Amino acid sequence: MSAQQAAAGEMLVSVQEADFDVGAETASLGDGRCDVGGIATFIGLVRDANDGSGVSAMTLEHYPGMTERALGDIVEQACARWSLLSVRVIHRVGRLQPGDRIVFVGVAAAHRGEAFAACEFIMDYLKTQAPFWKREETTEGARWVDARESDDTAAARWSAAASASKG
Amino acid sequence: MALRILYFAALREALGVSAEDFDPPAGVASVSALRACLVARGGVWEKLAAANVKAAVNQRMVGGDASVGPGDEVAFFPPVTGG
Repeated sequence: MSAQQAAAGEMLVSVQEADFDVGAETASLGDGRCDVGGIATFIGLVRDANDGSGVSAMTLEHYPGMTERALGDIVEQACARWSLLSVRVIHRVGRLQPGDRIVFVGVAAAHRGEAFAACEFIMDYLKTQAPFWKREETTEGARWVDARESDDTAAARWSAAASASKG
Repeated sequence: MALRILYFAALREALGVSAEDFDPPAGVASVSALRACLVARGGVWEKLAAANVKAAVNQRMVGGDASVGPGDEVAFFPPVTGG
């Protein structure tokens, strides 16, 4: 099922300092093919406040090599769950400022249900499995961002959904 | 042949080390045994004992039972916060 279709499409993962062009990346998911019925995208941005403090900038550290591999694994898992035609994941690293884009996830599928679900799944897994760490510069000084329990809960519901659908 | 150990983010900062080559004593063959070995250095290294510290072996996230051996790349880091 999905594995063959996934292999036919383009599954691209990038970790980069440079910004990305949302329009061009979104369009590329459907370019040159007529089987795509919908494209779902998520774009994450740097906020100017977090946990009650003003944020003036943040630096994203990552684990080169493992990051690309972890993102690739997450996309592979998404392709095993849904019939996806193309997937694009871009995550920025380095120093970013409020309003800057951090992450792009785009998923093309024949129908919207698969595109929406896979896009959310990829983001939920990225949040808990991909080795990135944020360090914020705030009005009270610099600090490492704490992981949120709500992110673990969000990722866990996909395995709960998998066991429910099997049973 | 030694292990390559990497540390990231808040842990790297607290330890003051981003990477080291480490020859574990004989019998140290799992992530948790290696971690105990490093914690035994005392001082800041006790931070590695924190329950939320994650580990990867050869760039895959693993649990404490995972085996480690000569030439492996092992990493310790805090919970991830990307996205």
